[in-house]
Amino acid sequence: MSDAMSDEASLIAENRRRYEELKQAGQRYAPRALPGPSPRGGVPLDAAAILHRETIPGGWYWTTALKRGEAIRLSLDHGPSSVALVAWSASDPSERLNYADTVKVQWTAALRKGRVLFSDMGRVMFSMIEDSCGAHDALVGSSNAASNAARYAGGPHRNTRDNLVLAALKSGLERRDIPACISFFAPVVVGPEGRFAWNAAGRMAGDFVDLRAEMDLIVALSNCPHPLDPAPDYAPNPVTVTRFRAPPPVGDDLCRTATIEAVRGFENNAAAGF
Amino acid sequence: MTDTVTTLFDQVVLDQVVPAQAPFSTLVRAGQTIRIEDSQGCQAVDTLFYRADDRAERYSSQDTVRAQGAAYVTTGTRVMSNEGRLMLTVTADSCGRHDTSAGACSCESNTVRFGHATKYLHACRENFALEVAKYGLSKRDIVPNINFFMNVPIEQDGGLAIVDGVSSPGDYVELRAEMDVICVISNCPQINNPCNGFNPTPIRVTVREG
Repeated sequence: MSDAMSDEASLIAENRRRYEELKQAGQRYAPRALPGPSPRGGVPLDAAAILHRETIPGGWYWTTALKRGEAIRLSLDHGPSSVALVAWSASDPSERLNYADTVKVQWTAALRKGRVLFSDMGRVMFSMIEDSCGAHDALVGSSNAASNAARYAGGPHRNTRDNLVLAALKSGLERRDIPACISFFAPVVVGPEGRFAWNAAGRMAGDFVDLRAEMDLIVALSNCPHPLDPAPDYAPNPVTVTRFRAPPPVGDDLCRTATIEAVRGFENNAAAGF
Repeated sequence: MTDTVTTLFDQVVLDQVVPAQAPFSTLVRAGQTIRIEDSQGCQAVDTLFYRADDRAERYSSQDTVRAQGAAYVTTGTRVMSNEGRLMLTVTADSCGRHDTSAGACSCESNTVRFGHATKYLHACRENFALEVAKYGLSKRDIVPNINFFMNVPIEQDGGLAIVDGVSSPGDYVELRAEMDVICVISNCPQINNPCNGFNPTPIRVTVREG
């Protein structure tokens, strides 16, 4: 074996050894088992903690500032719907929601109670502190004018892409600032060969999710049918959004301790002063 | 008289080896084909596309998987923009399956995945930032990308992990541009997971007419 080949082989061996070490370190930290879904109607909000309540009509969007420690509850009080979410750090909007990092670093696209949503800077933007549904879509994204035109008769109908353009512009941002979204109450399932399907039973009236802000945020929500929703008519229901002061996280806070990846994400938040 | 081989050479407008761990970009005009070759095998190639005359229009992983109803990129995949328009079409693929849901590695996400000790290692998002800056773009413009030659099976329970690459030396993918696009590549420097076989290697990029 030449010296060059020997050097290359030892480099590969060294890199593989380091990976095994990292993997072992990750596994030594036993991930806490995530709990089941929150009971529908079983987690009432303290009236004194409620800061604002908004009903987003079907097809519309809404933006809000959300301070660290505040949360939003998305509730399907009026029947099924899907809500697309994007978010930016209020102090530096170049830091924004990153769905790819969110699913990659947590080793799963199944977002549910106990999981967190990451920015592109390795920091936690949201904690999913309650979630009755557990059927949310990070992979497929949103409707646009063309996808609606192909799906529904009698348009044009409002779509999430244009809603997010409007939400970004009204927040002082531009088209190029709109990150890929995460859709709540969107029961997309991934089958063999990566084919997508829609499990209509995966969400129902009364479902809700509570997202606690882990840094000061600008949040945009769009209430349009998910592009894989097979319902033949364009008929999104209104969605209730409640902004409230979340209970302060305690030492063994589920979302902050459930996985070693979340722990390290929160360490990055702390290092940035969030 | 021009023989066939000479004609083929005349059609090549770019033929470049991209060193291991390096960034690269090129204009691909509508009608041209870009070929990315994994010269030594098992090398992830993180790739983004921007519309050349309106760079706020760019690759959208979500629109691409929505348009085809499936998660993986392969022959026939229509590469879509954030405005829902067709940017390129995958016309050939000797590998069979490429990821577009796991994004690019970064120093910051590496700390979360692999521990804080990996913060000061070169990463794809560093390559992307340096390369898009040449076109007046910034971190705001870096979006989730295609990972050619990277294997990320999505399980039915949502589980998702980067596993050993499936590409062999010489495997390639070809895309025909349907509009003028800037193609931005990070020849992935990741050494903390199996996507590059723990040993980043050079790739070859060719652009030809037709």
